[in-house]
Amino acid sequence: MEHFLNLAVRSIFLENMALAYFLGMCSFLACSKKVETAIGLGVAVVFVQVLTVPLNNLMLRYLLGEGALAWISPALKEINLSFLSFILFIGTIAAATQIVEMAVDRYAPKLYATLGVFLPLIAVNCVILGGSLFMQERDYSFAESVVFGFGSGLGFAIAIIALAAIREKLVYSNVPDGLRGLGITFISAGLMSLAFMMFSGIQL
Amino acid sequence: MNGIGLPLTKQDRAALLDPVIVNNPIGVQVLGICSALAVTTRMDKAIVMGIGVTLVVALANLAVSLVRNYTPGSIRIIVQLSIIASLVIVFDQVLKATLYELSLELSVFVGLIITNCIVMGRAEGFAMQNGPQRSLLDGIGNGLGYTLVLLLVAFSRELLGAGKVFGFTVLPLTKDGGWYVPNGLMLLAPSALFMIGLLVWALRTWKPQLQEKD
Repeated sequence: MEHFLNLAVRSIFLENMALAYFLGMCSFLACSKKVETAIGLGVAVVFVQVLTVPLNNLMLRYLLGEGALAWISPALKEINLSFLSFILFIGTIAAATQIVEMAVDRYAPKLYATLGVFLPLIAVNCVILGGSLFMQERDYSFAESVVFGFGSGLGFAIAIIALAAIREKLVYSNVPDGLRGLGITFISAGLMSLAFMMFSGIQL
Repeated sequence: MNGIGLPLTKQDRAALLDPVIVNNPIGVQVLGICSALAVTTRMDKAIVMGIGVTLVVALANLAVSLVRNYTPGSIRIIVQLSIIASLVIVFDQVLKATLYELSLELSVFVGLIITNCIVMGRAEGFAMQNGPQRSLLDGIGNGLGYTLVLLLVAFSRELLGAGKVFGFTVLPLTKDGGWYVPNGLMLLAPSALFMIGLLVWALRTWKPQLQEKD
């Protein structure tokens, strides 16, 4: 249990997807003008991340990894298809996003209206693909991949909501012309990233 | 008139040269930020990443442009994604075979070229409307513009953070008996955000028409 708690804390704060690895920067910058949209995107990312990282973990375990095909026939034991992981991961992600979109539209139309265009765009968000690739690189077990998917998604959500709140306040400040918009957003994100570094070294 | 002996028209040259500075993918179009921030602690990482992205954008643009008239609109995204993913797999395998140490350090960021917005953005925004030759040139131009920013950021981070350029000592560090006290912050994540922020500021002061009005 402690191990999973530790993994969750690490993936939420210490190895924050947005602020430590700079993943999902495009949507991080583009969708952080209002707190409301940021919350919508954050929820969607957590949702898709929890779904795709474990799913890709299963893919890796039963289709791509070294000897993964042995369950079909022992003759396939020698095959290692892990070089195909990129293309399969992106396929899984695109399909999962599509299914989530249809399910949300059918069963929670209100949430669907709030998320709007962000749901389909998540398919090309690097947080999602990055999560799966980290899972592959660090060789997580299935249970670990569930925790990691949730933690990394939540970390991104916290970061983007905090940045949106800062940007809403920034509207009232007198920023130099050239720094307006994109420039000052980068600098605020940098300061946030500095603040998140204080979590380093925390072990549970 | 052009020095390289290719029949380049004016539009071709614009497709090649505009994205390098005037329409820079990172500074102006704000695409592909993620990897630009993460791989810029050292020059060698930045240049490998730059080469990878340039190759992938150029070839993906070429391939997407070649099949653009045979691709139904409804499945174009998945066609583009599979072309891009295949190119990235090739680059990743070549990198692992030739520069294994570096490929470990770049870790997931090579794979993340797939979701790099520059590649998708240029395929969708340029290659779908233009011929193969011009698309190829546009891809090379955008790749070079990306590499240029990466090298600028990596140069300042490596120089100020470790006193080195491409791994060669330029400013001798105090711990090795030199005079330079390294700025450790430059090697950490936040400095990349500051550097790009300052770069955008400089670019927008130089070209005021890019400034955002709100």
